[in-house]
Amino acid sequence: MTGTWTLIRLALRRDRIILPIWIVLLGLTPASTVAAYEQLYPDAASRAMLNASAGANPSLAVLYGPAYDLSTAGGFTAWRYGLFLALFAALMGIFTVTRHTRAEEDSGRLELIGSGVVGRHAALTAAIATAAGANLVIGLSIGLGLTGAGLSASGSFVLGLGVASAGLVFTAISAVTAQLTEYSRSANGIACAILGGSFLVRGVGDSTVSLDWLSWLSPLAWPQRAKPFIDDQWWPLGLAVLATAMLAAGAYRLVSRRDLGAGLLPGKPGPVNAPASLSNTFGLAWRLQRGALLGWTIGAVVMAAVFGSIANGIVDLVGSNEQIREIMQRMGAAQTLVDSFIAAIAGMLGIVTAMYATQAALRARSEETGERAEPVLATGVSRISWVTSHLAFAVVGSAVLLAFSGLSMGLAHGLRVGDLGQVGGILVGTLAQLPAVWVAGAVAALLFGLLPKATTAAWALVGVFALITLFGPALRLSQPVLDVSPFTHVPKLPGAEFTATPFLWLSAVAIVLFGLGIAGFRRRDIG
Amino acid sequence: MTTAISVSGLVKTFGRTRALDGLDLTVRTGEVHGFLGPNGSGKSTTIRVLLGLLKADSGSASLLGGDPWADATELHRRLAYVPGDVSLWPNLSGGEVIDLLGRLRGGLDKRRRADLLERFDLDPRKKGRTYSKGNRQKVALVAALASDVELLLLDEPSSGLDPLMESVFQECVAEERDRGRTVLLSSHILAEVESLCDRVSIIRAGRTVETGTLAELRHLTRTTITAELATPPNGLASLAGVHDLKVNDHQVSFDVDSHELDAALRALTLSGVRSLTSQPPTLEELFMRHYQEDVAR
Repeated sequence: MTGTWTLIRLALRRDRIILPIWIVLLGLTPASTVAAYEQLYPDAASRAMLNASAGANPSLAVLYGPAYDLSTAGGFTAWRYGLFLALFAALMGIFTVTRHTRAEEDSGRLELIGSGVVGRHAALTAAIATAAGANLVIGLSIGLGLTGAGLSASGSFVLGLGVASAGLVFTAISAVTAQLTEYSRSANGIACAILGGSFLVRGVGDSTVSLDWLSWLSPLAWPQRAKPFIDDQWWPLGLAVLATAMLAAGAYRLVSRRDLGAGLLPGKPGPVNAPASLSNTFGLAWRLQRGALLGWTIGAVVMAAVFGSIANGIVDLVGSNEQIREIMQRMGAAQTLVDSFIAAIAGMLGIVTAMYATQAALRARSEETGERAEPVLATGVSRISWVTSHLAFAVVGSAVLLAFSGLSMGLAHGLRVGDLGQVGGILVGTLAQLPAVWVAGAVAALLFGLLPKATTAAWALVGVFALITLFGPALRLSQPVLDVSPFTHVPKLPGAEFTATPFLWLSAVAIVLFGLGIAGFRRRDIG
Repeated sequence: MTTAISVSGLVKTFGRTRALDGLDLTVRTGEVHGFLGPNGSGKSTTIRVLLGLLKADSGSASLLGGDPWADATELHRRLAYVPGDVSLWPNLSGGEVIDLLGRLRGGLDKRRRADLLERFDLDPRKKGRTYSKGNRQKVALVAALASDVELLLLDEPSSGLDPLMESVFQECVAEERDRGRTVLLSSHILAEVESLCDRVSIIRAGRTVETGTLAELRHLTRTTITAELATPPNGLASLAGVHDLKVNDHQVSFDVDSHELDAALRALTLSGVRSLTSQPPTLEELFMRHYQEDVAR
């Protein structure tokens, strides 16, 4: 354990921008709901209505978790945000742990540190401590924020610390997956797949009474099972702490059993000669990016299928509550609620694809900082062809991702209602997100070309777009704020009127940003 | 005689750091040119400017008759580069990387590739992640040496090789020279420089401090003389090229600049030489002198 404290300080220093962003976004979002709730549901009658409609709808339970009592601002907040906060806290934990363990090992930097006066388990301990600390700060911020907004302190802290405890479990899961393979990307991938699986498992459990027990298998469900503001049970948090301790102990045992740099899953030898496809920059980019494209596509297709299959359940809400319909319509702005629900999910798929586009565009940057760009750019390839090969994935890969997820959602919904004629419309509605996705990818390309050291800001911006799109309408943000996100400008299809104008100007913005990014990259120093 | 690389007054700053501070470098076509200097003296920066990866702030650089920045892509087809710190793609095998880099450069000689793999004893099936530093360098070396190019830019290419592989490397570079290729070799390994290089340039803090053939540089060093004399020495101390003079009764020892050697010996014979040993100048001393001055600065 020697050296752990030094490594924690190193981790905090390296994460001095990203962790505060996570903490502010996750810690302060829920408190802002309270006022919106009071505004939307001013009296007992409207709250009872909300309980009877949204609270009893199994489709919404898949998305948001069980609605125990929506007649109080606290109960509503726990239902509406509890699951998403836990999801994002889990992502934060996963990325933080991998960044300071396997990614360090993968890059060879840990070897340098490992040879110093540093204990065998110091890096893992420092990573867990950093992620756990950040989770705790997020949990306390949520608790303080909600208490400050006038909710009961015990409920506020049960919710906040519940979110933190879910983050802790995935921190520990990530500590285990970091030991399994040699690559940080796979470590993140496996952990995120477990996270996605947890989301789906509890989606089934929360929406199906007979399978209610399934939710107990998912750490993501535990914060809501603590019933904050209703029963304020602390023991599910204890369950999370217990799971964290057991997983972390497993991670420590794995560290002791393997060599530095090695994984537990064995690698296999590669070919002696390169295949013909590996002859140009695009071939190289395809080789480097195909795995990520496949992974994102599978994830998005599964997510789209789940939402497509529950879309019809939303019909149960129709007519029961004017306000809910108003919220759903504002998110989707469509005629029927099913359409508007599907349009809202199309928007979410757009956000997911924007994350992919950002990652695909920034792959060029990680090639550069990994010193793998230099040998390639020292051969007879132009900078333009090298960078456009990677950016092609942000542009074309995003289209592929959206097409498959639109198809998946359309088929799932179409099969459910026995009307496959709807597939086309849903596919179009999903693909309609593409120009907004391109804008997000183009921002990453612009930063890469002009401000390569600030490429992380592209992620922050995607986060802002996501928050505005997912929570902006419910929070009644003002139009100029909503307009910041390119997804605000996409017509909510199916349902809304199709107009070409936003597609044209969003595409134009994307083209200009991509162009500026490429031009900037041509002129700047490499490295 | 044509020049393959001609650099003059090159300046490159990174923020407040002046990495290159008016560097000059001339590499003649067909020679192996040693590029020496302490860590951080600007060798890699110079090579990156020559590759068009960095844009110089001022000064001029010409490479194979072209502008390294403006004509980068064209020039790169005629050269091969081995970085000092080779990073490979973790999921590509060594063989795939060799083929990829060769193809991007415009093709590589299959027979030579096989020959080099054998001579360097490199397993091309291993994935990039699993190679040691030396083996990663071998991958980059095989890719560079199997390409049909006019110029090789090698940035400390052998720093991770074992002595056996070091000698294979030296053989290979000698073969390249015999084929008429030009090599710019940045290195800290003096034996390598002595056996391979026709001319060397020594840089320090972004400036060229010495350049010339090894014989010319040797000339710049000092010979160490130890002598036993019949009478105490006379007039030695006042000679211009004599340094570190130590007199112990009839025993005398000193360093003398090569061009003052004759005058110093003449002064010694005046006192009657009984025995005399002289240590010839070594390159190591020359390098150490330049490297140490850097430390003293």
